Formats: sequence, structure tokens, C-alpha cells
Amino acid sequence: MAAGTASGTAVEVVDLATTPLRELNQRLHDLAGGKEGPTHWRVLNPRGAHAVACGLDAEIDIEIDGHVGYYCAGMNQLANVCVHGSASTGLAENMMSGTVVIEGSVSQSAGASAHGGLLVVHGDAAARCGISMKGVDIVVRGSVGHLSGFMAQSGSLVVCGDAGEALGDSLYEARIYVRGEIAGLGADCVEKELRAEHVAQVRGLLERAGFDDVDPSSFRRYGSARELYSFKIDNAY
Amino acid sequence: MTIFDEQAQWRPGLRESYLFDRNAIAEIQRAAREGIYDIRGFGAKRRVPHFDDLLLLGASISRYPLEGYRERCDTNVVLGSRFASKPIELKIPVTIAGMSFGALSAPAKEALGRGASEVGTATTTGDGGMTAEEREHSQTLVYQLLPSRYGMNPDDLRKADAIEVVVGQGAKPGGGGMLLGHKISDRVAAMRDLPQGIDQRSACRHPDWTGPDDLEIKIGELRELTDWEKPIFVKVGATRTYYDVQLAVKARADVIVVDGMQGGTAATQDVFIEHVGIPTMPAVRLAVDALEELGLHRQVQLIVSGGIRSGADVAKALALGADAVSIGTAALVAMGDNSPEFEQEYRKLGSSAGFYDDWQAGRDPAGISTQDDELSGRFDPVLAGHKLANYLRVLNLETQTLARACGKSHVHNLEPEDLVALTIEAAAMARVPLAGTDWIPGVGEHGS
Amino acid sequence: MCGIVGLFAKSPAIEESLGRHLAAMLAQMSARGPDSAGVAVYRNPVTSGSKLTLYSRDTLYDWDALCGQLDGAFGGATVPSVRASHAVVLVEADAAEAEVWVRRNFPDLRVMSAGSVIEIYKEVGRPEVFSEQFSLADFQGTHVLGHTRMATESRVTTEGSHPFSTGLDLCLVHNGSLSNHNRLRRTLQRDGIEFHTENDTEVAAGYLAWKLREGASLEQALEEGIEDLDGFYTFAVATADGFAVLRDPIACKPAVLAETDDWVAMASEYHAIAVLPGADDARVWEPEPGIVYVWEKAAV
Repeated sequence: MAAGTASGTAVEVVDLATTPLRELNQRLHDLAGGKEGPTHWRVLNPRGAHAVACGLDAEIDIEIDGHVGYYCAGMNQLANVCVHGSASTGLAENMMSGTVVIEGSVSQSAGASAHGGLLVVHGDAAARCGISMKGVDIVVRGSVGHLSGFMAQSGSLVVCGDAGEALGDSLYEARIYVRGEIAGLGADCVEKELRAEHVAQVRGLLERAGFDDVDPSSFRRYGSARELYSFKIDNAY
Repeated sequence: MTIFDEQAQWRPGLRESYLFDRNAIAEIQRAAREGIYDIRGFGAKRRVPHFDDLLLLGASISRYPLEGYRERCDTNVVLGSRFASKPIELKIPVTIAGMSFGALSAPAKEALGRGASEVGTATTTGDGGMTAEEREHSQTLVYQLLPSRYGMNPDDLRKADAIEVVVGQGAKPGGGGMLLGHKISDRVAAMRDLPQGIDQRSACRHPDWTGPDDLEIKIGELRELTDWEKPIFVKVGATRTYYDVQLAVKARADVIVVDGMQGGTAATQDVFIEHVGIPTMPAVRLAVDALEELGLHRQVQLIVSGGIRSGADVAKALALGADAVSIGTAALVAMGDNSPEFEQEYRKLGSSAGFYDDWQAGRDPAGISTQDDELSGRFDPVLAGHKLANYLRVLNLETQTLARACGKSHVHNLEPEDLVALTIEAAAMARVPLAGTDWIPGVGEHGS
Repeated sequence: MCGIVGLFAKSPAIEESLGRHLAAMLAQMSARGPDSAGVAVYRNPVTSGSKLTLYSRDTLYDWDALCGQLDGAFGGATVPSVRASHAVVLVEADAAEAEVWVRRNFPDLRVMSAGSVIEIYKEVGRPEVFSEQFSLADFQGTHVLGHTRMATESRVTTEGSHPFSTGLDLCLVHNGSLSNHNRLRRTLQRDGIEFHTENDTEVAAGYLAWKLREGASLEQALEEGIEDLDGFYTFAVATADGFAVLRDPIACKPAVLAETDDWVAMASEYHAIAVLPGADDARVWEPEPGIVYVWEKAAV
């Protein structure tokens, strides 16, 4: 085990170059329900492996050194995950609580169908960021790709950079805030007035994300026009 | 006068068009009034080739039957033996298909659990998540992962006995879920994270994977999430079934569920139900061909659904090579759907017992496909569970009766050679000979 | 469905070890594509005449006899290498002419590629086995494309494997599934393009060949493909000078690019890139949908 942090907590180091992923995930799963075990973990050499640290259900901190593949931190509960690298599809998909922070960029469907917790992307997110989100808060320092916020039901998506085509297509009650350019709005997604309570919400999210240098009042707010909420002649498709 | 008598009134000179019959005309008139497609429940209603067009060859001189009761005819099925450390064991080869809480009332889901558990089989959640009632009353519960991901969470994932990745269903292969506003009650809305009273639209593709190569990675994640304990099923609506089954196998599924075009739905466009997908009977054959070609028949299990009504349907599906069948519509009927005791109320809704398919409307007098508290309050889950259990027992007994007549000590020993066809279409689709002949259309004289 | 890998050397060291890296990348993609594998290697350009790669189902095929016939017909032919079921043939003739001659006179052989520098090898079976059979690790060259296949709607055959050669020194690999390829195939057939499989990728390859024949540049052809080809795809196309990557506008199929001072790499999943030297410090990014990305030797 490596030397501890400033608080004296020991860090459990697992090297995926020599340890099977199954073993890492099993050890992490065994901590569920408040069981005894290391609370600080460091994972080395993920080298694009899939499903790293998925299904966590404990108040632990994990740092992952390198790029991960698909579904890293999938269905995360309670844990704090930090990826020092980039991620492929589905980072933090269906997360329930806890935080996932990634220093690099993410591929598609980051935070897909996530119910809670906080996802922070320091780089860019690709297409479908926050697709089908159900309560998660997502903050992206860079830009997001097309169809971000597609069918987003609840929660918040804050984009400090630009957004791609069809932003918020078929949006329900989730809130989308974008600071940069928008390539295009999706069906039923409209710009809405940014009021004091929204600025406060964005400020709070930016603070939690650690992006203190971004001005919360420089965003525009997007929400559902609610025209698709009932099947009507004009929107049957 | 019953609704049949009314329809039978005929006068000289009245000749109905085949193309523009009363249903076609009524639908055009409805479309002209409402300006939107017809959304309804139930499965395909028009006649397509089905198991009725196949017959079993019972024993006589060349084969010997088994005595009922004393000589065993086993019906147990193991699902998930390929990769899961905790496969599922069923006592009978019939399971309850996925039907959502939302489409069905909570007491209905409870009753399904009770009935299935009474006879030792499984139920399946639906496009809305796992209810506490169903988990509590269902001894073996399969948890569906659908494109919408409504209610999906890791705690329920771990409480489940198996996980079913739903690519599609037979009523609408390529379509997504649908639940209309009157059925989005407080509880349904909360479970699905939607505003109350809206018309729910579901995505038709999964949010975080598309294609069998990425499905394989998703299945890998599900296994990691559940520590490789639980069987992973993949469900498809029957279309290009041969390829779909091969791909699901390559994506490393444990069990494949194939739902033929006759499969039921709670709410889908009528044109989708009637005109997309292939019938269950050829789908079974295609699926088994795919598994046999990969050398994995029986090792990757096959469950088929879509129009299973009696033990004859079960036996024939098993003879074609399925490991088990699943029922949806039949289970609801067993529990009281379309029962004649509600005829007066069906009439008020513009329908009649045996015809009622407006399950999307949420006004079901039987209290099954509704979220209305008054209507669902009429539904007694204990009684309904028992009726379902009775029906499941009958299905099983009928299957055993037919299997014994064919000399089988396990229902899985039924094989295609125990079948003949009554029609050319059925012979070609099931790849069994036309009764009384050696002829299988499309197959050469010396085999395929 | 499938896995794609591509590697473009920017330094002599990588050119020398190109095959070794290709084999390592391909192995990482075997889960996505367990049915068959194929590679297009760009190496040993001819100074005169042309190069063909030929395939025979008969593993004991008499390539020398074929060589003799070619020599007789064109006044110069050699078979510098045979790997498993494939042979590289050099002939003193225009590539298109030589290809037509082989197809006409040896219908039992399959012309896998034709040009001045390209060599295509493809076979059914697991990628690891393929790598061994074809001694991939030996290859040196300027760039390679590789593909591992999970057949969706057509049979698993050698001919159905990717890369598909679309023209001289040109090839295509595909991850995804097209939805309008059947009608498009018939249209292209009426315009003289030949097809040998039921495969959707072959139609995309034929479409590119047709566009190029009509005078489009590779970039234009791919851009027009965005309109004309319906379905989901990540395409990687290689030419004598480099390669191109295109994702359809909906972009459900994955793609990742990476670059260092020594190489540019492309793959369906990052862990195929992770095996390359210096991958940890590479610039890694995802190509945007609906945009044609091109790398060429002159520009790099």
C-alpha cells in the first residue's frame, strides 16, 4: 500500500496490468452496506478497460490513473470516482448518487439515464450527454455533442462550452444551461428566461464542480415547451 | 342479443368487401375524425400461420406412449447455465412475460407473482421498473433493462434473479414503449420520473449502446454489476430472427427470448401490431437453427412467446426446440381480462367481452390494465393469483399429456420430427412435412 | 458488427514494427469481431507494373503455375510471397488489366486487392489465429487498416470479410449496419459495378468506387455518401497515401483517434490503441459525426 494522504488515510492501490478487473470490482462491491475495508483506492493502468469501478455502493474515494473504456462507474452509488484520463461510452450511466469527475473528455452517453449524484467533465462530452437523465446533475467544462439532453426527464445539464445539434430533443423537465454556441435545438426544446433562481442554481453547480472562474449569469437556459406531452395530430410521429 | 347476433344480421344484397370490410371502414372514419393513429392493446388479431397449423404424431405401433401419472414426464427447465453462477430453475416450461407496472395495475402485478410462485415459475418486470409487490410475491423475478430505463437502479438489479435486456417485443419490433396520460398516475409518474398525466413516449434504442458489438460490452457491465451471478437474457421481437439469435449469442447472452408478431402490448399503433414482424412459429425454427449452427442449442436457452394459449401451443413450441415459453395475454385473460362478468361495462365503453382491446385507455373494468384506484380495487390479487396458477397447471398438464402420448419422459425430448403440418405455409415455416406426405416446401428430396 | 483498427506511421521505427503493432491492436478487437479478420497493408510499392493479392480456397494452390501463365501473358510476373491462402503477385501490366485477366482466366481465384502498394489479407476465424496464419508481426510498411468481424446479416465467409477493395490501392472497413444497401446494390450493378457477396459493406465500397470513377475525390465521395448511404456506420478508408475516417451523422457506432509524433491511430475502442508505444501520452480524441477526416503522407 502506498503512503497516506495528508489526513493519514492509507490508499489501496490496484494495478489492472496485473490484477483482473473482476477481482477489483468484487473487492469494491464487498464494501457495500458499510462493510469494513479501505476507503481510498487508486487504480492503475486501466488502459481502456470496460466497466471499471461499476456498481459501487459505498462511501469511498477512487482515483483511476489513465483512460477507461465503456461504463466506468456505471450505476454508481455513494462513491466519489475521479478519472485522470478520458472515458468511452456511458461514463456514470444510471448513477444514483455520489460523484464522478473526469479530467479528460468523454465519449457518448455520459451520465445516461442517471438518477442522482454529480458528474463533472473537465474536457468535452460527445453526443448524447445526459441522454434520458432522471435527476443527475452534469457539469461540462468544455462542449457537448449532438442530441445532448435527449429525452432528459429531470436534473440539470450545465455546459460551459458549446452544444451540438438537436440539444434537448424531446425534453421533459430537466434543465439545460449553455454558455457557448448552440448548433441547433431539438424538438420541444426552447430557450427560457434566466432568472435569479436559475443563476443561483448554476452558481451552486459550478461551485460543486470546482469551476469558480465561470460566470453563472453568462449562461442561457433551455427547457421543454411541453408541446409533446400529449399525443396530438401535429406531433404524432 | 349478444354482439355476435347483432353482427350476424344480414339482408339480401348486402355484400361486404374483403378489402374495405367493416373494420377497415371504421378505422378510416376514426382516422378522419381524430387525426392520429389508432393506439390499442392486445396482440395481432388477424389470422397468421400459427401452431394450430401443426399436429403432433402420437405413439401407436412404431412408438410407445407413457402412462399418465405413474410414468414420469418431467417439465423442469434451467435457465442461464452458460455463464451465470446462479442459474434459474423453473418447475414448468412456462414463464410470465414482461408487462409493466403502469400498463398493469399494482394488484395485477402482485397476482402474476402469486400465481407464478404457486407453480414454481418466474415473472418478469416491464417498462416501468420493479414494484415491491412483484418482488415480494414472485419467487423468481426477471428484471428488464429497456431503452427507457424507467425505474432502473442497481439495488433492484441485485434483488432480481435474472436480467433481461430488451431490444424489442413482438408487437412492435423497432418501436419503443408507450403509456398514455390517463395511466400516468402519481405512483407511476414517480417510478418513471415523469410528470403526471402526460403521454409517455419511450426511445426505441438503448441510450448507451447500439449494435451487438456494443451489446456485448453492456452485457459485460451487467455481469460485473451483479458479480457474474445472474443469468442475462436478451429479448427480441421476431424479425430477422436467425441473425438476431446468432448475434445475441455472440454478445454472450445466457438466454434468448423471441417474441413473435402475435405478442401482446398495452399500447401500440394498430398498424405496427398487425404489419411488422414474423409469426411465432417460423421464429422458433429460425432461432433454433441459429443455435444449432453455433452448437449451442440447450446451452443457450430459448424462450418463445407470442400467442401461446394452450398446452398444445407449448408442446409444439418445445417440439420445434424452445426450452420454455412465455405468456402475457393469456395470463391476463386467466386473471379476468375480458371476462363476461363485465359485459355491461364493456358495452358502455363501446366494446364487448372477448373484444376489449383498449388497454391503453386505462379504464379496464377488470382492474388489470388500469391505474384507476376504484377499478383496480375490484381486482382481488389473491383470487386472481390462484386462477393464474390453475391455468399454468393446466398448461403444464396438457403439455405433459401430449408429450407422454409421444413417448417422452421429459418435455424437452419433443422434437420437430414429432410434428406434421396441415398447410403448405406451415410446413415451409416450421420445416416439417405436410401431413401424410414427405414434402417440406423448400427442402430438397434428401434433406435441406 | 465489428472492430476497426488503423495505424499510420510517421517515423521509420513505427514503419519497421508496423505489423507487430497491427497484430496487437487486432487482438484487442477480437471480442467485437470473433468471426473473421482482415487487414490491408501498404508496403513495398512497385516501381513498374502492378501488385495483386490473390486468394485461393485451396491451401496447396500452385501459385508458381499461375505465375508462369501471367508471365507468358504480360512478359513479367513474380510471386514474392505466399501467406496461408493468399499470394502477392507482381506483374508487368496495368493493375486493372491484370485484375480483369485473372478474373477471366482463373475464376476460382479471388482478387483481394490490386494496385501498386496495397495488399489485402482476410480469412474466417478468430483474429488471434488470423494473426498467426498470416505472420502479421513480420509486416513493415507505411500504414495499415485492420478489421475484426461479427457478421450481422450475411454469412461468415472469407469473401464477406473486410476490408473490401473498392479500386486501385483503395479499401474500406466498416463498423455498423446499412439499411438501404439492397436497392443501392442493384442501382450500382446496372452501372457496371460488380458485387460478389450479400454484404452491406461491399455496397458501400462499390459506391465509393463508383463515385471515384465518376470523377469525385475521396473526400467528395465520402461526403456524398453521408446523404446516399442510410444506416449507422464508422468507415475507415485507406489509399496509397493515407487514410480517411467518417462517422454517420447519428453516430451510434464508436470511434477513437489518437496521435503522437510517431503515429496516428484509429480504433473502435481505446484499449486497442492502449497497446501502442507512447499511447499514454498521445493526444486522444473522438472524430465528430458527419465529418470526413483525412491523413496523407505528404501532409503529415
